Amino acid sequence: MSTAPLVPEHELPDTHYLNATYGSGRSIRAWLLTTDHKRIALLYLASVTVFFFIGGIFATMIRIHLLTPGGALVSPETYNKLFTMHGVAMIFFFLIPSIPAILGNFLIPIMIGAKDLAFPKINLLSWYIYLIGGCFVLYSFGTGGLDTGWTFYTPLSSIYSNSAVTPAVIGIFINGFSSILTGLNFIVTIHTMRAPGMTWFRLPLFVWAHYATSLVMILGTPVVAITLLLAGLERMFHLGFFNPSMGGDPILFQHLFWFYSHPAVYIMILPAMGVVSEIIPTFARKPIFGYSFIAASSIAIAVIGFFVWAHHMFVTGESTYAALAFSFLSYLVAIPSAIKVFNWTATLYKGSISWDPPMIYALGFIGLFTIGGLTGLSLACLGLDIHVHDTYFVVAHFHYIMVGGAVMGYVGGLHFWWPKITGRLYPKALSRFAAIVLFIGFNLTFFPQFILGYLGMPRRYHSYPPEFQVLNVLSTAGASILAVGYLLPMLYLFWSMRYGKVAGPNPWPATGLEWKTDSPPPTENFHVTPVVDWEPYDYRNRPDLGLAAGGPLAPAHGDD
Amino acid sequence: MSEHSEHIVSPIVYMVIFFALIAGTTVTVLAAFQNFGQFNIVIALGIATAKATLVVLYFMHARYSPRRTQLVIVCAVFWLAIMLALTLSDYQTRQQHLSRIVPPAALYRA
Repeated sequence: MSTAPLVPEHELPDTHYLNATYGSGRSIRAWLLTTDHKRIALLYLASVTVFFFIGGIFATMIRIHLLTPGGALVSPETYNKLFTMHGVAMIFFFLIPSIPAILGNFLIPIMIGAKDLAFPKINLLSWYIYLIGGCFVLYSFGTGGLDTGWTFYTPLSSIYSNSAVTPAVIGIFINGFSSILTGLNFIVTIHTMRAPGMTWFRLPLFVWAHYATSLVMILGTPVVAITLLLAGLERMFHLGFFNPSMGGDPILFQHLFWFYSHPAVYIMILPAMGVVSEIIPTFARKPIFGYSFIAASSIAIAVIGFFVWAHHMFVTGESTYAALAFSFLSYLVAIPSAIKVFNWTATLYKGSISWDPPMIYALGFIGLFTIGGLTGLSLACLGLDIHVHDTYFVVAHFHYIMVGGAVMGYVGGLHFWWPKITGRLYPKALSRFAAIVLFIGFNLTFFPQFILGYLGMPRRYHSYPPEFQVLNVLSTAGASILAVGYLLPMLYLFWSMRYGKVAGPNPWPATGLEWKTDSPPPTENFHVTPVVDWEPYDYRNRPDLGLAAGGPLAPAHGDD
Repeated sequence: MSEHSEHIVSPIVYMVIFFALIAGTTVTVLAAFQNFGQFNIVIALGIATAKATLVVLYFMHARYSPRRTQLVIVCAVFWLAIMLALTLSDYQTRQQHLSRIVPPAALYRA
């Protein structure tokens, strides 16, 4: 059999955004003062990864502690701090910025044919704001920790907690502005900087998803920022906002907190849905099924997501009437979510599917998100919620959405666009193996928690009855496999930056505008402003991709 | 008119709005010394909303802004309304019980 390559060997472009000289050249200063959206995305990648590891270390300690019914590792007080700091680090500093600030930042201008975001300096500012907020939170972690739960419920956070609540609240308040500025930048960019021919309904679904995400960021984040600031003011200056003894109302805190924090779930999951909408048609070699429905469902999720927040409060004292209304509204969110899942599945139907690493993550996303979504419907049901409220069922449900959904989407997206970001390919066999390890580890970690919760094991307790030990040991075993599933991509992606095979402009090959430019792209993204005269995901009518119409995927360059 | 051109507002308009805001503040203070029963909060919030509207329309130039900017402002107010209305759906019905509209026998039937 011939060993000649099917496609010619590629070489890295001479100048690209990684080696281009700006002002002071290739120094650290040039990176720290860059206004190039691609470099800022990499700055975010580094800092978000640090927080992922900090949150991951806390998660590891939680799972080791829960190996035995009495708790194997830490004191009950420390356990409270571990799950709180895990939540704060993962939600505010990893999940919310992960896909938008890294992949969104890098890709949105390229996908719409622009040279940068609309406000490049504000983009850099948002990264510094993120860092400043992060420093406050790390200071809180290092000086006594935080034990209120990531939800900061009053009056625990505002009166009774002895931990470092104030710096954490200030840090999250500051970090909120980073999110708002990113959302603002995306909306203005998408409205005003599309290339000629790039109409709204030719936008990649990744861009639609980020547009919807940006709406939530802008409309929701100010509310949580102010709410946490009010809790901080109550704690520091004894102003009665939420404390009943000073005329406040603790349930009001929950209303205001969840007005943002439930839509924040959609900040995390919508971009991942955007990633999956790009990966599925590429590796099924078909136009995506129901483009306009998927685009509209992103907006629908963003809007309806604002009407459902009090389903987190069914048993905390809200009125029965309000609970009924919020239960009904919560069911409505399932409709646009289901539209997406059915459309992705229909895209796969009779597709020419290839099992490249991004595709494995995307398929994993569809399955895990569906389980997470359907168990969310169970929780929106008033009667069942009373049974499983504040149990491990809830923990399992939101980890299926957050980790099984958002993180799978994030890692899948990194794999999909890594050749574009770095210009190099990673070892495919190893990355397929890592994706499967991650999928197995995830399910082994979190599926037993559904059963634990249904049997009545409460969340946030440092000990449990002995009959729950088998399922807890299974969960901890799964967590160690899951950790391998995360460490492997870290290692080979890092390795590939120097030693990976050169990818060429369009290694998969895919239809998006980002695949029409060099890998890595030049500083200005395109040598010539592109003109878009094709429909999105048109795999049937793109001879320039080197594919027979509807035919199988050509083996990508560098396949091993 | 181009979207990016600045609308020049005459100083007279600014002065009129300024004195309208001062008048609103005065009315707020005077109203605070009268007891209108359950309308106390309605009157206070009514005056405050009118003043805020003037600030947004004239001092923040919303009246002279492109349609898209006005749409953004309206959306923001709508979102605030969602937050207030759905939160009030809890507070206004907190003391009521389903048995008021559903006979207890039907509610608790096995």
